[in-house]
Amino acid sequence: MTTLTLGKALNEGMRKAMEDDPKVLIMGEDVGKLGGVFRVTDGLQKDFGEQRVIDTPLAESGIIGTAIGLALRGYRPVCEIQFDGFVFPAADQIITQLAKMPLRSLGKVKLPVVVRIPCGGGIGAVEHHSESPEAYFTHTGGLRVVACSNPVDAYTMIQQAIRCDDPVVFFEPKRRYWEKAEVDTSADAAGWTPFDQAQVVRPGTDLTLLAYGPMVKTSLEAAAAAEEDGRSVEVIDLRSLNPLDIERVEESVRRTGRCVVVHEAPVYNGFGAEVAARVTERCFYNLEAPVLRVGGPSTPYPPSKLEDHYLPDLDRVLDAVDRAFAF
Amino acid sequence: MTAEAPRGAEAPPELVQLLTPEGERVEHPDYDIDLTPEEIRGLYRDLVLVRRVDLEAVALQRQGELGLWASLLGQEAAQIGSGRALAETDMAFPTYREHGVAWCRGVDPVNLLGLFRGVNHGGWDPAEHNFHLYTIVIGSQTLHAVGYAMGIQRDSAEAATIVYFGDGATSQGDVNESFIWASVFNAPVVFFCQNNQWAISEPLEKQSRIPLYRRASGFGFPGVRVDGNDVFACLAVTRKALADARSGQGPVLIEAFTYRMGAHTTSDDPTRYRVASELEAWKLKDPIERVRAYMFKNQIADQDFFDAVDAEADELGRDVRKRCLELPDPGPLAIFDHVYAEPHRLMDEERAQFAAYLEGFEG
Ligand SMILES: Cc1ncc(C[n+]2csc(CCOP(=O)(O)OP(=O)(O)O)c2C)c(N)n1
Repeated sequence: MTTLTLGKALNEGMRKAMEDDPKVLIMGEDVGKLGGVFRVTDGLQKDFGEQRVIDTPLAESGIIGTAIGLALRGYRPVCEIQFDGFVFPAADQIITQLAKMPLRSLGKVKLPVVVRIPCGGGIGAVEHHSESPEAYFTHTGGLRVVACSNPVDAYTMIQQAIRCDDPVVFFEPKRRYWEKAEVDTSADAAGWTPFDQAQVVRPGTDLTLLAYGPMVKTSLEAAAAAEEDGRSVEVIDLRSLNPLDIERVEESVRRTGRCVVVHEAPVYNGFGAEVAARVTERCFYNLEAPVLRVGGPSTPYPPSKLEDHYLPDLDRVLDAVDRAFAF
Repeated sequence: MTAEAPRGAEAPPELVQLLTPEGERVEHPDYDIDLTPEEIRGLYRDLVLVRRVDLEAVALQRQGELGLWASLLGQEAAQIGSGRALAETDMAFPTYREHGVAWCRGVDPVNLLGLFRGVNHGGWDPAEHNFHLYTIVIGSQTLHAVGYAMGIQRDSAEAATIVYFGDGATSQGDVNESFIWASVFNAPVVFFCQNNQWAISEPLEKQSRIPLYRRASGFGFPGVRVDGNDVFACLAVTRKALADARSGQGPVLIEAFTYRMGAHTTSDDPTRYRVASELEAWKLKDPIERVRAYMFKNQIADQDFFDAVDAEADELGRDVRKRCLELPDPGPLAIFDHVYAEPHRLMDEERAQFAAYLEGFEG
């Protein structure tokens, strides 16, 4: 067991993947000497060289487009998009090419490309540095979309994403980069939770809180606070947004009868809408209340002085929990 | 250029220069300029004042008053030279470091600080100053500038646009597309690239294997490289490019060869990727020192003038600091303001819900 921050766990995970498979490449802006603006790739270029850890020109469409070409040639590129708001210049390559080429080849082409995106707010940044663009990608067939929330998952999920033969959009909760946990880096990969599975991170009996990425911690805090009011809240970390592990969710909601989905992205047309619709379809007769959603307002991400109001916090989650019990 | 050689230690060839680092006036066949003593004193004052605002902003960030700051230190001449070349009706499209150009356009520096303090995303009226909002997504604004220039064309107006971007930005698809559009439509736009040698940690070699100004020829319009630390040359070259654009001769790419003396932003740590000797070499090319030397030698100003400018800079710094600290935080419901120009049901609903939620705490 070693104590690792989430950022360092990603770093160790990528290091392991690079040692295991010489075809794994890291590419992106400032990923080399600087180790990325969050230092997630720190030291990798020093140890694996410039052929495997590539400082790219400042061009996101170029990063993903060339990663596709490298993948066609048998490499497994792991691309870093510096911040969530800068993935859009690459959206064309991700949505029109990366997602669709395997299908167009009737499965002959495999594109094992990982697109790492530090996501979400809460770090007091300027515009375009705090967004949650997951819905754009979960809406695109052909992409797997996952979000890690803690160091253990960061370490395992990044390796699973790299090993996966499908393109994976990999969200990293940037405000949790510095949070620490014990990680067993010697555990056998065969025992890891598959990266398309949801996980119950706190059991409970009265209500199911569904969250992913940065909101898992907030939801755990809310569940602990609800406990003091005598409410037993189960928290599930969805981990994979596409595919969604609906069976695990269904099993929980059938038991608890109440469900709240939490994310940072705007509620309107957000990922929570998909979850709510599916839960309603499957658990209609078990539900004591409508599935509620907690998320950002349907506005652009505000200037940082307002982000504490924009981002769901403990109180906003508890407010939704109260409303679910009021029905 | 190898990684070890201090970048820009030797002056590159093909560089338009009118004032040497030692403060000697030199002539150039195409770009010579006649400046009155008063104009020279004005440029010097601009350089000193924007440097002072920048230093104050860095200090404010260090004291936790700004979330971030992108310093212009070292790039004052490129910004003041080009900014003072603009006619009132010309439109400027900046990135996020153009505090000197903003100064020339009459934007209150406190407005810039407000953005980095996180009270708004910009907030000034671009039309009032003919200075567009800062753009953080690299390269996007180059296309806006070309579109605006196409509008100028259609209006048969006597004006041009100027668009600022960095060396790193030249790798973006948008920037290359903007070159194509400008060229094909012969748009009155001046592309002003401040090549400060670095895109965060990546040196110019990671973006281009040819001098950036030469890119223009591949797109079918002229490119010129100017000493970006020479305010006279920046003014002369930009003036000519804008005049050409206004008179229907199409776009020009100016590469201002300069250096980012500070960190990329206050969150960056340049010691991880660049050597100190590089900084030392560039210090000798300081944009302010050379004007000061020239003015002294040619008796364009006396010590009283320099003292007065310094005093004015101190006063400006104090004023900017004071007003920055006085900037009110926006109220929570401001999240819903200005998202749409027309009434919008969803905004009304969410605003009302949020107001009710907040009132619950007052209970
Ligand atoms: C599309 C996009 N990708 C990445 C970034 C992150 N980023 C901010 S500034 C910067 C480097 C810009 O370098 P350059 O264009 O040379 O301008 P400079 O800051 O040096 O003036 C990067 C990579 C961004 N803002 N936008």
